[in-house]
Amino acid sequence: MTTHADTTTADELLIGGAALTSRLILGTGGAPSLTVLEDAVLASGAQVVTVALRRVDPAARGSLLDILERTGVRVLPNTAGCMTARDAVLTARLAREAFATDWVKLEVIGDERTLLPDPTELLDAAEQLAADGFVVLPYTNDDPVLAARLETAGCAAVMPLGSPIGSGLGIRNPHNIQLIRQAVTVPVVLDAGIGTASDAALAMELGCDAVLVASAVTRARHPAVMAEAMRHAVLAGRAAHRAGRIPRRFHALASTTDEGRPDL
Amino acid sequence: MTATVVLNGEQRPLPAATTLAELVADLAPGVTRGIAVAHNGAVVPRSEWRTTAVRAGDRLEVLMAAQGG
Repeated sequence: MTTHADTTTADELLIGGAALTSRLILGTGGAPSLTVLEDAVLASGAQVVTVALRRVDPAARGSLLDILERTGVRVLPNTAGCMTARDAVLTARLAREAFATDWVKLEVIGDERTLLPDPTELLDAAEQLAADGFVVLPYTNDDPVLAARLETAGCAAVMPLGSPIGSGLGIRNPHNIQLIRQAVTVPVVLDAGIGTASDAALAMELGCDAVLVASAVTRARHPAVMAEAMRHAVLAGRAAHRAGRIPRRFHALASTTDEGRPDL
Repeated sequence: MTATVVLNGEQRPLPAATTLAELVADLAPGVTRGIAVAHNGAVVPRSEWRTTAVRAGDRLEVLMAAQGG
């Protein structure tokens, strides 16, 4: 039985020694421009925002880092595109050098078409990076056993997918997300698959500690508006989780008492 | 045969830059942060860019922040 936290105290999320008041993490991939991205970051209220590391583009206009600095967010580098532990570890170390942070969103992809994580390479990379002092936030399958292994490896959180990256299919196995929440003590961040605000709310209602959203915001018709919707959804879902939902029933349970009902 | 390096995946003549610091300055002028360099598959800390020579046959990756989930 889950006991719900004292709802009168500040509801901070602790990751890697940092106290965050926002439980929404924003991914920056897919935004049509840096201006649109900046508006979305501000509307989301996110305090942590992901970035990737790519070859220097002499034609790049504007600076992503300048925008992120202006908005005051913490940068969370990812290892997107890596398919081996070796590549992911090297990318994380390059990101630490580039962004002066030891936080890393660890992605090790096992399949190009589905972009599903490669569990053995992921665990290998997580062990190496945690041992090297990184705050490792692994993008993982919705597998409670793997999540527990990642926690044992020293990860600061686990980030199970709701469904494949960019699919917008929502949370395909809510039960596994709940099992993961019970399987680990580190924060659980629902990552990937969120399509719209109700998916984010559901993640929080299931007990997730935070939600990471990228495409659902950056590829929405109005990214800043969707970012705001996600902010509200995460707050609402979190509050609902802490409030404690009523049990599901097969039949009705009247909310109005039968007592004193007139016989007409 | 001319001396070459592989820079960001492309084989090129050995650049005029003789150190990583010069190479980065040529590739990304004015950019002072958010850059990392892999030299033959190893991370080179910024503090060592000035003293790390660029030599024929080197594999170099010069990377910067990009949008990504």
